Amino acid sequence: MSRETTQGTGANPAFYALMVVLVIMAMGPIMLMITTSLKLNVDVMSDSARLLFMPTMQNYETVLCDVLWYDPAHVDYCDPTFGRALKNSLIIALVSTAITLILGTMAAYALVRFRFFGRGTISMTTLMMRMVPPAVLLVPVFGIWTFNFGLDGTYSGIILVYVAMNLPFVIWILQSFIVQVPIQLEEAARMDGAGPFQVFFLVVIPLIKPGLAAAAIFTFRIAWNEFLLANALLDRNTRTVPVTIVNSLTEYDIDWGVIMATGSLLAIPPIIFTFVASKQIITGMTAGAVKG
Amino acid sequence: MNGRRLTPYLFMAPAAFILGVALLYPIAYMIYASFLDWNPSQRIGQAEFVGLRNYTWLLGDASFRESLGVTLKFAFFVVSLEMLIGVGLALLLDRSIRGMTALRTIFILPMMIAPIVVGLIWRYMYHPTVGIFNKTLNAIGVESVPWLSDSFWALTSIIIADVWQWTPFIFILSLAALQSLPRSALEAARIDGATGWQQIWHIKLPLMMPVLIVTCLLRLIDAFKVLEVVLVMTNGGPGLSTEILSLRISRTASEFRELGVAAAMSNYLLLMLMLLTVLMFVYSRVSEARAARIRQAAEES
Repeated sequence: MSRETTQGTGANPAFYALMVVLVIMAMGPIMLMITTSLKLNVDVMSDSARLLFMPTMQNYETVLCDVLWYDPAHVDYCDPTFGRALKNSLIIALVSTAITLILGTMAAYALVRFRFFGRGTISMTTLMMRMVPPAVLLVPVFGIWTFNFGLDGTYSGIILVYVAMNLPFVIWILQSFIVQVPIQLEEAARMDGAGPFQVFFLVVIPLIKPGLAAAAIFTFRIAWNEFLLANALLDRNTRTVPVTIVNSLTEYDIDWGVIMATGSLLAIPPIIFTFVASKQIITGMTAGAVKG
Repeated sequence: MNGRRLTPYLFMAPAAFILGVALLYPIAYMIYASFLDWNPSQRIGQAEFVGLRNYTWLLGDASFRESLGVTLKFAFFVVSLEMLIGVGLALLLDRSIRGMTALRTIFILPMMIAPIVVGLIWRYMYHPTVGIFNKTLNAIGVESVPWLSDSFWALTSIIIADVWQWTPFIFILSLAALQSLPRSALEAARIDGATGWQQIWHIKLPLMMPVLIVTCLLRLIDAFKVLEVVLVMTNGGPGLSTEILSLRISRTASEFRELGVAAAMSNYLLLMLMLLTVLMFVYSRVSEARAARIRQAAEES
């Protein structure tokens, strides 16, 4: 391969083959989950006919029986757990994302325009915050939320944790976008008599939309996927989807079709984001390490 | 005028308040709790102050030491494998091939979906009878592998799952680093007749070093934070063979109801991560200086 490192000439079919293999490796397990969720348990267990089976929506109907507008014929007893968890997950993830973005943008704007700390300090703090594993927050958050704040089992309790967990990263990523907003624009708006809040909402916000998209996806993803703290803080009625999945995992006799349907439903929003906004996600991911 | 001076504080206040209440206060609280003999039914005021007892007790505790060993082993193998494969693939695929954007998009998927779901998928694939691995092995006449029920294989299995999930991260970051390398340095090397390997060893890798170090650090931090995937796949078993530290913390808190000990364990973990971060920072400063020198030398020649 000595000469081929020259860029722009890599039309070698071997590279395409490699890429196909990589795609299969990355997608395979996820596709497997989705196909399993479309199978009846008989098909999951059977040895033969792995590729040929009748896709069925039964597992999804079992999981979603509470939210469906009709009563699926094969469901004898409708377990409302998942429908409720889905609603909880949506509320918690959406509200945390909205609050994190609003507070984060304001703070990032203040940090850039009014120069509180240097960029180095912020990067360092972000890294330090990123260091804190959720497991480390488990004990204190459980203690404080239960005994001091009385927020255990409530939406506000878990939303507060998620906002705090995500703020450092959001502030840091938005900073790099706000720095690029030309200050002349803001000055012009100020000349026209706009107050600081008007400048912020009418001039700055519209210009940093890509940054906001990246920040929103990262925050939503963490709030939507998080298990440990949700498990410790939430009760039967406010539980999120990841918690119900873990609770329904038993040592033996797992109903793979149903649990994979639950898993697929949990995976759908992140998958959609990935295909809609992969550029923003990559920006968010690389911003830290590559630009420094 | 007075109003304008207040503006920055108004913009900062809500975020600062939340970070204080929900991040800094809990961490301070955790440090305090690590000196207490505290169980979840007590308020923190009722817990007995025991000084450093939790810390010294942990050092002598065989299961904690085993869990620490598992964590270090896991982090070491995961990060080195991912760096090796990720950087290797980036070097190999750093050329203008059509479909690169699509590949990167698909590569993000494993990182975006919930760790719980990743654990679920892999647990299914490792399943002794319905799992795809054993089915395939049996189909070609090889005996089943005890993926999750043997202590050696269980650790290997969680390492494989993590490599699947996170190698793309390293790949995407190294690729971005490669594509932002100064063209002039590579051009100069090519004109001087450097072979592909020489270019990689003497130009590309040293110039990428600062990014690689940060990437490595980020991955290392995350490797110490892994919990959900392992929880779903093995729940730490068989025995303690996959009980990584964060899993042990959560079990100490919720199953053994020893909040003080769990807090002390959290502190050990945090100290370890801090040490790592500082080391990496120092090292990255040094290698940044080196990269700058190489870049300068390359541009002069």
